[in-house]
Amino acid sequence: MITNQDDSDQDQRPSSALPPGTQAPDFTLASTPDQKVSLSDFRGRPVILAFYPADWSPVCGDQMSLYNEVLPEFKRLNAELLGISVDGAWCHSAYRQNRNLHFSLLADFHPKGEVAKNYGVYRELDGVCERALFVIDANGRIAWSYVSPIGVNPGADGILKALEDLSEKEEARDGNQHGKHANAARR
Amino acid sequence: MAISMGSTLTPPADKRDHAKGPADARVTLVEYGDFECPYCAAAYLIVKKVQEAMGDNLRFVFRHFPLTQIHPHAEGAAEASEAAGAQGQFWEMHDLLYENQRALDPLHLVGYAEELELDTQRFVRELEEHVYHLRVREDFMSGVRSGVNGTPAFFINGIRYDGSWDLAPLLEALEIAARSIVAA
Repeated sequence: MITNQDDSDQDQRPSSALPPGTQAPDFTLASTPDQKVSLSDFRGRPVILAFYPADWSPVCGDQMSLYNEVLPEFKRLNAELLGISVDGAWCHSAYRQNRNLHFSLLADFHPKGEVAKNYGVYRELDGVCERALFVIDANGRIAWSYVSPIGVNPGADGILKALEDLSEKEEARDGNQHGKHANAARR
Repeated sequence: MAISMGSTLTPPADKRDHAKGPADARVTLVEYGDFECPYCAAAYLIVKKVQEAMGDNLRFVFRHFPLTQIHPHAEGAAEASEAAGAQGQFWEMHDLLYENQRALDPLHLVGYAEELELDTQRFVRELEEHVYHLRVREDFMSGVRSGVNGTPAFFINGIRYDGSWDLAPLLEALEIAARSIVAA
């Protein structure tokens, strides 16, 4: 098929994903058939955006099922995880229930793929999101991003490292402040 | 399952691990597995054949990677293998669990403990108190840190093995690793 050629071309193209340092575009998407979630709701703590191509991938290598298991670690680092695909809210809710997922799946459904496009991770030819990860800091700035080959579950090690780097920076900042207090007390 | 980005095993295989085969074997194969995962049950049979073929050249290490929210019995089974391990029969239980993957509920777990003539009172108490939950979680997180993204996942001498785990390609990869150690 002609599209195969186009596909491989697209895979070889450098990623257009928004790089670290960029302000993360805000969005409001359905998290359930009757609820909406905005990125700005989580200002003040880190957010993980996990764009993925589609619900219902095979179970044992399923990226969302893996993140579900790592959720306590994400929580420990005070981070909110949001999965995003172009599937509709009803599809997400069936998938969440089937996989027992304990985090929100957002429907980038209408206009289709608009949020993915804003983040530079929409695959126009396939009509789905890339398998792309963004870690956004407490101020809404992208701290880390990664685009995986579409068939490869990128795991969670990169996310954890990015979150830990963020919390180390925060601690260093707090530590400096505490240091000042301690000096003041000693005087 | 599909694995990609080349990653190294952290921490490396050590005394804390359940290992079969000589500590100074040329090759160490580490598996991250889930007792309720059907792919792992298939890989279990392959690993057995690999162990036979490699003999003393291979040390096999098993670490837990239960996907507890899609496999409701995976955590209990992992803890049961640890409880059996505390009584010196980790591998016997490991084998029983994979050979009876469709029956991993608590009642069956106790049945396997009886079959292995374990102190079942202790076994049951340790399962009820989740004595080995932390240990299982440590294994899981070491897998996450090492880039494991599904089960089964294999590491050969600390390097993630991305190839097929059918018998021929897995055995070939292990034999190449064994030869490269000799050459070094």
